[in-house]
Amino acid sequence: MIVAENIKKTYGRVTAIEDVSFEVAEGEILGFLGPNGAGKTTTMRILTGYSPPSAGTATVAGFDIRENSLEVRRNIGYLPENTPLYNDMDVVGFLGFVAHVKGISSGDRAAQIREAMSESGITDVASRTIGKLSKGYRQRVGLAQALIGNPKVLILDEPTVGLDPNQIRDIRELIKNMAGKRTVILSTHILPEVSMICDRVLIINEGRIVAADAVGELSQRLSTQLKIRLMVKAPASDIAPALQELSGIQKINCTDMQSGVCQVILDTERSKDLRPDLSNRIVGKGWDLLEIRSMDPTLEDIFIEIIAGEKEVH
Amino acid sequence: MSNIWAIYKREMRSYFFSPLAYVLYVFFLFLTAVFFYMYFSSYVKWSQEYMQMMQFQQGFGSQPLPNYTQLVLQGITNVMTFILLFIAPMLSMRIIAEEKKLGTIELLFTYPIKDIEILLGKYFSAMTVYVGMLVLTFVYVLLSLKVVPDQTYIPAVMTSYLGVFLVGSAFISFGIFASSLTDNQVVAGLITFASLLVLWMIGFVDEINPGILGDICNNISVYAHFDEFGKGVIDTGHAAFYVLFTIFFLFFSLRVLESNRWRG
Repeated sequence: MIVAENIKKTYGRVTAIEDVSFEVAEGEILGFLGPNGAGKTTTMRILTGYSPPSAGTATVAGFDIRENSLEVRRNIGYLPENTPLYNDMDVVGFLGFVAHVKGISSGDRAAQIREAMSESGITDVASRTIGKLSKGYRQRVGLAQALIGNPKVLILDEPTVGLDPNQIRDIRELIKNMAGKRTVILSTHILPEVSMICDRVLIINEGRIVAADAVGELSQRLSTQLKIRLMVKAPASDIAPALQELSGIQKINCTDMQSGVCQVILDTERSKDLRPDLSNRIVGKGWDLLEIRSMDPTLEDIFIEIIAGEKEVH
Repeated sequence: MSNIWAIYKREMRSYFFSPLAYVLYVFFLFLTAVFFYMYFSSYVKWSQEYMQMMQFQQGFGSQPLPNYTQLVLQGITNVMTFILLFIAPMLSMRIIAEEKKLGTIELLFTYPIKDIEILLGKYFSAMTVYVGMLVLTFVYVLLSLKVVPDQTYIPAVMTSYLGVFLVGSAFISFGIFASSLTDNQVVAGLITFASLLVLWMIGFVDEINPGILGDICNNISVYAHFDEFGKGVIDTGHAAFYVLFTIFFLFFSLRVLESNRWRG
């Protein structure tokens, strides 16, 4: 649905993004992940036809962004960062304007607006002035605006920024429901958001794509280690030597907790699951095994790992 | 066409849902009414004096009849173009600067609509608000023609209004250009006001320093081209000046928008 090839964008002497290439399949939800200023917004603005690339190109729904900008824009619903809206208009009036500009015939407009409003849950504020709405509702109006015209692609720039936890949960739910038949790209710097909503993630740092993969695979591919956490009722000084004998353990970290319980964190090789051996060994020693659990690295860990790795390379 | 209409409608809402249009209307109508009253009453007074003189002094014909065009029409249209110096910046300063400030320009730029359509929709809406003002002042000019017996003044009224319309169009397009340069409405308004003021003042260079310099300045000055309209003459050269001025700055605004896209 979307193919980007070697996109580059420079502002004067500053290169905002360079050599950005990726593909998004139909119906997929792709997360753009990266620290602030990494080039997420720039990439999205190029895809939406807001700004032309300095080099490279992309196609959206088969249309080239350079040659056929208007057709591209007809196929995209875009929610810009910070949700800019006409504050002096009421919701229905604004959506009517959007439907008109998007070229929807006057007969279909009312139905389209009704549909977009119910899908984004703003039917009850239809006649309110946008400037007086809460941030959560503003965000929904922004989503409704993007949905008008039934675009094949939705591009959402930081859709959950500045919302309270409840609103964030609602908006995430909305986005998931909207996806279905549509292709979605969303950007965020919140890592759990990506694992919650997206099928695939693209990590951007300093204007370059540093990793691209399915969310689950990314954590496996990028980390050869697996952390295992144990809670054992035994003194720390006894546990370490007893476990040391097992092969495949790279690092042991024991800490005494309250009431004689010790927390053990092991770095092990991912290729070999040590949990059965560990439990046998501990039970064999006559200790109580209270808890055993493998800890997949969070996106946070991966993110920091990747970005740190980048820094070493440069 | 439909896209221009969509932008136009939204702009008109925004003018009339805010106090802006009403404030400008009151300001414009009040000032023009005051000046119109002054010019028209002096015209009436002169006419009465003339009639009295005619009665007592036979063969007084060498004295010209007080001229409605000169005394009222030229006076009031000159005042209008002067007030326009203040109205045009206020009418045009928000047009693009506000969209930039709010960020809504990003929405417009990503809707399936051409930049020129955005610009024309906005230009036409500002012109409509402006023409509305002119139409309202038309009322008292028409009323005064009821009092003035000679209907031959009507063509001069028409051309005067055409002139005022063209000057307004030129000013507004300049204002749109200034508005496209910045995201600050006040800055846009000041640029427009200062530039128009300069274009008004260089019309006086000719009086102080006649010659080539004076001629050049006169030709650039937006007001020098206006005089003929007030006399009931449509000089295509002068009309073309305003039309080209309008097109020129609309085109410049378009280029600025395009460059904003590149830099955005």
